[in-house]
Formats: sequence, C-alpha cells, structure tokens
Amino acid sequence: MRRSFSPFVIAAVVGVLCVLGLLAYGLLQTGTDDGLDSAVARGERPVAPAFELGRLGGGGRGSLVDYRGKVVVLNFWGSWCKPCRDESPLLERWHRRISDRGATVLGIDALDVTSDALDFVDEFGLTYPMVKDTDEAVGRDYAISGYPETFVVDRRGRIVALKRGPVDDAFMREHVLPLVEGRS
Amino acid sequence: MLVLALFPAVALAATCPRTSLSDVEKEVMCPVCGTPLGLATEAPQAERERELIRRLVEDCRSKEEVKERLVAEFGTEVLALPGDDGFDLAAYIVPALALLLAGGALAAAALGWRRVRGGHTDLTAKAPSAAASERLQSDLDRYDA
Repeated sequence: MRRSFSPFVIAAVVGVLCVLGLLAYGLLQTGTDDGLDSAVARGERPVAPAFELGRLGGGGRGSLVDYRGKVVVLNFWGSWCKPCRDESPLLERWHRRISDRGATVLGIDALDVTSDALDFVDEFGLTYPMVKDTDEAVGRDYAISGYPETFVVDRRGRIVALKRGPVDDAFMREHVLPLVEGRS
Repeated sequence: MLVLALFPAVALAATCPRTSLSDVEKEVMCPVCGTPLGLATEAPQAERERELIRRLVEDCRSKEEVKERLVAEFGTEVLALPGDDGFDLAAYIVPALALLLAGGALAAAALGWRRVRGGHTDLTAKAPSAAASERLQSDLDRYDA
C-alpha cells in the first residue's frame, strides 16, 4: 500500500535537514586548520601558499614569487600587536644579517591602519619589505590564529619551520641560519 | 569680501560633523576581536580603529565615507553586515528558505482546507439514498416506541 506524507511533514523534514546541513557546513568552515603545523612537525616541507599583496604604503605589489630562490622569513604582524613591537628589532637585526646572503625578512601587515603601520615601521627603523594583508585573506591561507606568527620558507618556496607567536634568536639560529648557509 | 571668504567655513561648520563615533561603531566590526566595534572595549586593535574613525569624523566625513575607508583598511569583513560568500551566505539563505517553506506550508494548508471544505459541501448537498432513509426512519420509529 502506498503511503503519502502530508506537505507539513515534508516541509518540516526539509527544514530540519537544511538547518543540520548549515550547522555541519559552519562547523567545517570554522574548524582550525593545522595542516601546515602537522606537516612541518612530521618533517615535511609543505609548499608555502602563494600570494600577491599591495606594498605597505603603496608602491606596487609584492608576491612570494618575487623572492623565489631566496630564503624568506615571512612575518605576520600588526602595529596594534604588543608582542610584534617586542619582536620587530630582532627581525630587523636578522634581516641586516642575512639580506646580502640570498635571504630576506618579509613583513605581512594585517588588519591595520596604514598610517599606524607606517609609523611603526619608522619607529623601529624597519628596512625589510612589507606588504599589507588588508582583509587577512593570506593570513587565512597560513591558518594564522594570532599575531605575530612567522614562517621560514626555503629557496624552493617550501615551509621549513613556523612559529605561532614571537620568534627569538634561538629560533632564527636553528631554522634560518642553516638555510642561509646552505646546511639544510 | 570677508563674508564671502568666511561663508564656506560657516557652511562647513554648520554641516560638520556629519556622523559620530557611536553612530559608526554600531555598524562596523573589530576584525581582530570578531565582535561589533562597540563591544570591543579592551582590544588595542579596536582602539586604533576608533582613533581612525574619530579622525575621519573630525575631518567631516560622512558615515558612508568612514565605512568606505574602513573597508579599504580592513576589508569588507569590517562591516557588521554578513558577507555574500561562504558561510555568511546562510544569513541571507536561511530567512529566504524559511519564508519559502512557510509560504509552501501555508499554500498546502489552504489547498487541504479547501479540499475538505469542498468535500463537506458535497456530503450535505447529496440527498440520502432510499435505503439510508428507510433505515433512519426505522431507527427513529424504534426510539419512539
């Protein structure tokens, strides 16, 4: 015998399925992505997500591809971020140390007021290149969860090490120096 | 001459400021905190954002102009309206879907009600068969007895 369902039941079931589908989609979208972290922890070298962003304060665009063949210390920062203030002098020191050896620090300023960011650059006398990640689109590709965060990218564009939080001399010596000196 | 020279300044003073910090705060987010700017009281990034808004308000920018500048600095996510892609789309789709479902349910209910009502009309309009009338009469007679 064929059983027919009332339109109310069908509408209610469709409605519940839609809400469940949305909840599942929302959970998938907001889940933390630790793909890069776990790959690096396993000793793999995942390809650094490519990007092209406007240079901080204007003057064209900058991309990761511009630095192909160089070791890149990719630093996500914001002028509003207190640990970034503490970290910047160290990054500048390291940039001066490695910039004539085929390596660079590349700053990615995120969610910042441009004039504040430029004041920050002036205040700390930062000379390394800077781009502006206006809406954190690149930050999402790198699964940024706070500021500052730093990624060490080798000459072939692969991530060798990363630090969720401020870097220190020990981190730079352990992960950047060997790449610059061709020991890794 | 002096009046002419002063006139634009007077007119400007009359229309300035065109909006206020509290007015803009209601419609924008603190992107780092993920909350409306008005609720972000402690975050340093929110303070920077407020400072920028104050400067723009003092510069006699309208609310829309202030919001445009905020979008240029922080991207569209600074707006307190959901975006039009990804999960944000749900904010538009769910109410539309709910309306559609409610409309469908109402239409189905109306159709069902019409059908039932139509059926009752038919029943009352139809004269009872001879056998039914005979049975009814015999039942009434039995009760009378």
